[in-house]
Amino acid sequence: MFSNLPLLSLVIWTPIIGGMLVLATGSKNSIEAKVLSLLVSLATLALSIPLYTQFDNSLASMQFEELLPWISSFHINYHIGVDGISMPLILLTAFITVIVIIAAWKVITYKVAQYLAAFLILEGLMIGAFASLDAMLFYVFWEALLIPMFVIIGIWGGPNRVYATIKFFLYTFLGSVFMLISLLYLYMHAIDVNGVGTFSILDLQKLPLDLTPQILIFLSFLLAFAVKVPMWPVHTWLPDAHVEAPTGGSVILAAIMLKLGGYGFLRFSLPITPDASMTLDWLVISLSLIAIVYIGFVALIQSDMKKLIAYSSISHMGFVTLGFFLFWKITENTGSTSGAALGLEGGMIQMISHGFISGAMFLSVGVLYDRMHTRMIKDYGGVVNTMPAFATFAVFFAMANAGLPGTSGFVGEFMVIMSAFKANFWYAFLAAITLIIGAAYTLWMIKRVVFGPVANEQVEELEDMSGREFFIMLVLAIAVLAIGLYPAPILDVMHATIDNLIAQISVSKLP
Amino acid sequence: MFENYSDSQVYLAIVLAPLIGSIIAGVFGTYISRAVSHTVTIAGVGISFILALFVFKYFAFDGAQTYNETVYTWLVSDGIHFEVGFMVDNLTSMMLVVVSFVSLMVHLYTIGYMHDDPGYKRFFSYISLFTFSMYMLVMSNNFLQLFFGWEAVGLVSYLLIGFYYKKESAIFANLKAFLVNRVGDFGFILGIAGILMLFNTLDYAQVFAAANSKAGATIELIPGMQWSMITVICILLFIGAMGKSAQVPLHVWLPDSMEGPTPISALIHAATMVTAGIFMVTRMSPLFELSETALSFILVIGAITALFMGFLGIIQNDIKRVVAYSTLSQLGYMTVALGASAYSAAVFHLMTHAFFKALLFLAAGSVIIGMHHVQDIRKMGGLKKYMPITYWTSLIGTLALIGFPGFSGFFSKDSIIEAVQTAHIPGASFAYYSVLLGVFVTAVYSLRLFFIVFHGEERMDNHTKEHLKESPWVVTVPLILLAIPSVIIGGMTIGSVLYGDYFHGVVFVSEAHNVLEHLKEEYHGPLTMVLHGLTSAPFMLMVAGIAVAWLLYMKNPSVPGKIKDSFQWLYTIMDNKYGFDIFNEKVIAAGTRGIGNLLSRIGDILIIDGIIVNGSAKSVAWFSGIIRHMQTGYLYHYAFAMILGLIALLVIVVY
Repeated sequence: MFSNLPLLSLVIWTPIIGGMLVLATGSKNSIEAKVLSLLVSLATLALSIPLYTQFDNSLASMQFEELLPWISSFHINYHIGVDGISMPLILLTAFITVIVIIAAWKVITYKVAQYLAAFLILEGLMIGAFASLDAMLFYVFWEALLIPMFVIIGIWGGPNRVYATIKFFLYTFLGSVFMLISLLYLYMHAIDVNGVGTFSILDLQKLPLDLTPQILIFLSFLLAFAVKVPMWPVHTWLPDAHVEAPTGGSVILAAIMLKLGGYGFLRFSLPITPDASMTLDWLVISLSLIAIVYIGFVALIQSDMKKLIAYSSISHMGFVTLGFFLFWKITENTGSTSGAALGLEGGMIQMISHGFISGAMFLSVGVLYDRMHTRMIKDYGGVVNTMPAFATFAVFFAMANAGLPGTSGFVGEFMVIMSAFKANFWYAFLAAITLIIGAAYTLWMIKRVVFGPVANEQVEELEDMSGREFFIMLVLAIAVLAIGLYPAPILDVMHATIDNLIAQISVSKLP
Repeated sequence: MFENYSDSQVYLAIVLAPLIGSIIAGVFGTYISRAVSHTVTIAGVGISFILALFVFKYFAFDGAQTYNETVYTWLVSDGIHFEVGFMVDNLTSMMLVVVSFVSLMVHLYTIGYMHDDPGYKRFFSYISLFTFSMYMLVMSNNFLQLFFGWEAVGLVSYLLIGFYYKKESAIFANLKAFLVNRVGDFGFILGIAGILMLFNTLDYAQVFAAANSKAGATIELIPGMQWSMITVICILLFIGAMGKSAQVPLHVWLPDSMEGPTPISALIHAATMVTAGIFMVTRMSPLFELSETALSFILVIGAITALFMGFLGIIQNDIKRVVAYSTLSQLGYMTVALGASAYSAAVFHLMTHAFFKALLFLAAGSVIIGMHHVQDIRKMGGLKKYMPITYWTSLIGTLALIGFPGFSGFFSKDSIIEAVQTAHIPGASFAYYSVLLGVFVTAVYSLRLFFIVFHGEERMDNHTKEHLKESPWVVTVPLILLAIPSVIIGGMTIGSVLYGDYFHGVVFVSEAHNVLEHLKEEYHGPLTMVLHGLTSAPFMLMVAGIAVAWLLYMKNPSVPGKIKDSFQWLYTIMDNKYGFDIFNEKVIAAGTRGIGNLLSRIGDILIIDGIIVNGSAKSVAWFSGIIRHMQTGYLYHYAFAMILGLIALLVIVVY
């Protein structure tokens, strides 16, 4: 019935236009702004669901494709579409945005309409980035989405927000500039090869390329995406940004924005520069393993809950990048590509799972922060005595963060460890250390914050979660449990795309 | 039963009944009364117990074939199907009966033990959830689900050790238990990854079928050194078992786990969960049989645990900790049996131990109720006349534990000792002398506890003494019901389980390691075995142990203090439990935090942020500070610069 609707465009532009409407109408009356924002986010979520239900799992090609000329003189098109890699991430974005808007309901009192509008516009831009099939379009979304996040941290953030926003902006901007240069080079190179330039990502993936330019392009992509993920050693902006960001900002940052980096590796680095990826896979693997182990140790000694979860995010994202780059080492070690898809799909599901779990963890800290106005672990203790319902969720999400089987946190880690063993025993060995260290930093925090006798008068007076908070936590818990117990439906949409990706990267692009 | 319903429905019902009970008592706990919460959970476990009995009959007596079916496909990736499924055979059905029976007893007992606890419903929810997890573990037909169950029982153990969440010692103990178990799981998951690499499947049946053909596979862990892949996998898997089944050096969590309520000490930390490692290795016998190195490793670790943890039981003064060290030691016995390839003997001891150790723990709990939650045995004494049922059931449990001929523990323990004696793999003689000496040690600590608690001087204060009485029937009935199998189950089943063909087709033993085959020839029924047992070396050692305990703790109670004074150094070592805890705290835990601090301070804060990030920001600021001087705002400066530029341009153009 709706087969002729430009569904994907609707999912991108509904929140952006909705956000503008919220800005225009709701700035005087905050309740109007809230209701309107919620409706817009729900509409976006509803529109995104057919992307899953009508998705053909057997196809590796792009679906829901739309193509309109945009700047014809440079062959830049409004070209969008989704495959098994981007579609789940788009759904995740639409889902998490609804959660963030409900979470803001009572908490944000200053410039409510502007706050909500920023999130809606951000949602549209993020989905746009995931859906772009034109590199310039992608670049525009990629850079534009920095603005709302900059505003969110800069206006509703904590006391040190200026330092954090500038650090965040410069870090990410530095990375993207090199990506832009690479894209321009590829455009020119396409003229040399085909006689006509192109920014179409799918065409660029087919473009033959010498090893030296491949390596340079790979490194500039790496810089852009590594900052976003973030990978060690370009990660230090993240803890600062999280600490200063309001709860909703942290949730979006951890749950969605980091995934743009992981997504970039799959969409750009691997298929456009496969030979360079093969030459430099050791670099990404090393950085990933450092992230998992080194950052795990750093997380252990944090005294600020948000910083601890931020470091935990970096460590968990290490699994994503590790899983993505195991292909060549597996082929080298075992002589077969079996196990490579496990790593790639493991990385993907790790991104999705981390979206739910880190979102829930930051929301948990938000629940406490709204009551006590402190994020320091030492200010808490024995929260379970006054907030038993909250404690139940906190322990549940902590277990999920520690990768307990049955929760979504286990699925990706398990798949990547399985895959890593095929590449090299020591990769798996180092990655599996997260089983110990991840449990240590998460549960040690839980012990100090949640368990024990009531630590002080403020904790004594805490009120348990409101119905609204309970609802958010419940929805996220159900998602975490559902993915943990039955991940097959999410993985099934990826198989064709991932197989196609593996076929792409197995073939050299050297002319 | 099985005519009317398909097997899979019965197995699903076994698993789901306690889960549903747990969900009702846990999630809807606020809306239901205490009576409802214990009724639904007991009903759930009761149903699964009855069904387990049918399943057991189905396999043990009707000779059913192994059931191996998928319940659902968890995920597919890379063409590999990761599934949730059940494999039920003689080993599984026996484990089901043991787990469900002990669990049912503990559920009943809890009504009495936790009577006044505000966390009553939560407790019932947890123990039913545990029962569900344990079923999933033993019924699994693949390594993935095994890991699910493995971690799930660990989770419930974590929740239950920290059940009294206001107690600092309890929440310390549960964190410790979880993390130490995670060290084991670290090895375990790597072992599973090794399985997947070697066999490209995690399905038991397929892995076992292909095991022989992969025996020659090697892996290069250190450049230039080829290791047998099967050995690496088996040792990694066994590291998992060392965590869960508390083998040295990963045993440190078990004594501390006594912070949890006594019913779960009986259920989780004595009868069922801690035996998961034993069960796992038995299940993997087709793999372990291929690696003599791994078996030797297991043998030595088990022997160390059996003997040295037994010693520590002698000096403990907390009633539960004595039993906990006894559990460690007995787990060591089972592990030794595994190492000697006497898998059936290990499982046999697992079963008898489950009954008598659950009995001993619940009896200890009964004493604790009577003593108003005093656990220090130095404040007890002469309880025999106040608590007769507890006394007699404890005596039965103690006799079974020390392996008194005729009691169930005798059959299982004696078989292990004899099996090790026949084994020839490296480490076998060390293991033999360890388990032999262990018999003496077991008798000493068991009887010491028994004499101090139930006989001799009444050392409790008057207030406690006035209120001393036997525990209510919900406590004593489970004691009696557990005492019965503690006496008879060994003699009743040894013929088929150990020397019959009960484990035929379930446990695989290679010809070279088949120690039980030799014993079989000498086995002529339980009665002969008892008579033979009365003249054997273990019996002498046991009698000696009883005598020593009697002399020291009944006849001359002042002697132990003197021994302690003259061997102060030895006592210090033992009191510090050989220093494992100190080492873990001062070196491992503190070291980990130290590394974290170092990486954070030096790596993140100083180098990355301090020098690189803020350093480049500062150098930009410094550079622009210099450049700024050129932009003075004076028109004549700019004009001068323009003229200079123009001249330079002219020079270039002209030449």
